[in-house]
Amino acid sequence: MSLPEQSAITAIIRVENLEHSYGDFKAVDDISFSVKKGEIFSFLGPNGAGKSTAINVLITLLALQKGKASIDGHDVTKDPQKVRESIGIVFQDVTLDRDMTVWEILEFHGRLYNMPREERKKRIEELLGLVQLTAKRDERTKNLSGGMKRRLEIARGLMTRPKVLFLDEPTIGLDPQTRMRMWEYIKGVNHEGTTIFLTTHYMDEADHLSDRISIIDQGKIIISGTSWELKNTLGQDIIYLETNDNENAIRLLRDLPSVRDVKTKKKAFVLMVNDDGTKVLPVVIDTLRNAGIEISTINLKKPSMDDVFVFYTGKDLRDEPTGKAAFLTMRPGGR
Amino acid sequence: MSYGFTTIYWRDMIRFVRFKTLLVSSLLQPALWLAFFGIAMSSSFDALVAGIPAIPGVPQVGYLTFMAAGIIAMTTLFTSLFGGIVILFDKNWGLMREILASPMNRNHIIFGIGLSGVTKSFIQAIVIMVFGILIGAAFFSGFSAIQVIIGIIGILAFVGMFALGFLFLSAAIAISMESPEGLQGVTTLLTMPIFFASNALYPIDSFPEVLKIIAVFNPMTMLVTGIRYFTIGPEFMAMGKYYHYMPSVVILSYLGLVIFTVLMFMLALWRFKKAVVT
Repeated sequence: MSLPEQSAITAIIRVENLEHSYGDFKAVDDISFSVKKGEIFSFLGPNGAGKSTAINVLITLLALQKGKASIDGHDVTKDPQKVRESIGIVFQDVTLDRDMTVWEILEFHGRLYNMPREERKKRIEELLGLVQLTAKRDERTKNLSGGMKRRLEIARGLMTRPKVLFLDEPTIGLDPQTRMRMWEYIKGVNHEGTTIFLTTHYMDEADHLSDRISIIDQGKIIISGTSWELKNTLGQDIIYLETNDNENAIRLLRDLPSVRDVKTKKKAFVLMVNDDGTKVLPVVIDTLRNAGIEISTINLKKPSMDDVFVFYTGKDLRDEPTGKAAFLTMRPGGR
Repeated sequence: MSYGFTTIYWRDMIRFVRFKTLLVSSLLQPALWLAFFGIAMSSSFDALVAGIPAIPGVPQVGYLTFMAAGIIAMTTLFTSLFGGIVILFDKNWGLMREILASPMNRNHIIFGIGLSGVTKSFIQAIVIMVFGILIGAAFFSGFSAIQVIIGIIGILAFVGMFALGFLFLSAAIAISMESPEGLQGVTTLLTMPIFFASNALYPIDSFPEVLKIIAVFNPMTMLVTGIRYFTIGPEFMAMGKYYHYMPSVVILSYLGLVIFTVLMFMLALWRFKKAVVT
């Protein structure tokens, strides 16, 4: 989970101390990470966290300001041409020419990347079938639905069988079935050997697809690890509680041996427990009842990616001046 | 050798034929210039210069024929200077990202756009010539068949080089701009002096000294010189003035256009390399 050990020889993307500012605003603030060959790696973070800026530097659309970044051994500053040859991209918003047909979009892309004619032909058929647009091949893109456009863009990103495929919020605006299909397909592409770099603000997407996830917020990577590792930082189980006296309840429960951490919310609080939650639950209830505190709601669950995300980005805590940063810096060392 | 520019060219031509209104208006506009401005001006100018005695042996050329060369040049100028707007739209609609993030060399992008602009200018130039002949412009009069063919090739060579130069300039401006309105403003500002400080519509001999110098180094003058040489001939009388284009003048004009185009290409390449499109 710590950074140095990931920078092994197998890394296909390496980023060291990357910084990027727009004027005084630091969109990306000293991030380092690496992506291993063949894995699906996600940047999970809220809108405006710096995900797209980081991607834009990696795909050579933004000039690198500070730090180092390389893809497949090619430095983004010294050898942008080689970087461009090794990557495919699906941009965050629609980048389709409204007046070109589905087939023309893919043909144009293949030609941009110098694919031989026969291969283009074969690949286009393959991809159209895959994203179910074969019947729309001669339709202009302005007549496609939002989902179809997205599917077409994903097909385009895959056109050249890149070594690394960048997907910037790939399933934004897609219906659930299409999303599932996309996920399956993304996994399929990954199985064929393409490394995938994904940004998303959908936790289920990051959870479902990624081998490793970095949670990014306000330009910084807050924590990285496998989905399992991240969830485990919250403890084995979490217990959600609402009582008539949260303050005292927290004071009492904090010291229980199996409680590793407590997080306060507006009207409730959350216990993160190391043990099997079903065993801790009776103890919690007894403790509170003995102190005369009334429980109005109690809920036990396994930590989900949502919990991890909310916990680390402090999304619902943002307006409170609690020492989030201080709290979080303790975190990674703890494991 | 890579043919990346043909990809950009292909796409731009798809769009050219697909936007029917743009296609039709871009072909109709120069014809209308010729029809209205040309016929109106030539009827009054020809009456004015009617009294000036002709030089024996030198062909007299009506104003319509004289200014038709200017109209070809003007149309090429306008089309090329506005040609870069494609880049601006691509940029604003996010389409340029796909291209800039691809391995395609920047100079292929510029060349592709340039080439499609040249094609459009060729089509327009031919439309004007055909239409001009229909309404009475005396192009290629007294030319042999071979001279006509050489004439057409010569015109296209001049038009092509000039169009490339201004397309590169337009591309350089467009990639550096944020809004179509900005581009419109700058190009309109440029067209004025380029068009009027030239020999497109009138002789430059009687210009004030400063304006004359500008006109001589104006690529527009070089283009018009070339077109007149190839449509009318090396020696003629128009608007009461005696014209004699030495082959050396024509060659120098062409060289001037080549130098201009190379400079504009370098400018465009520099702007493209600096371009940030996200």
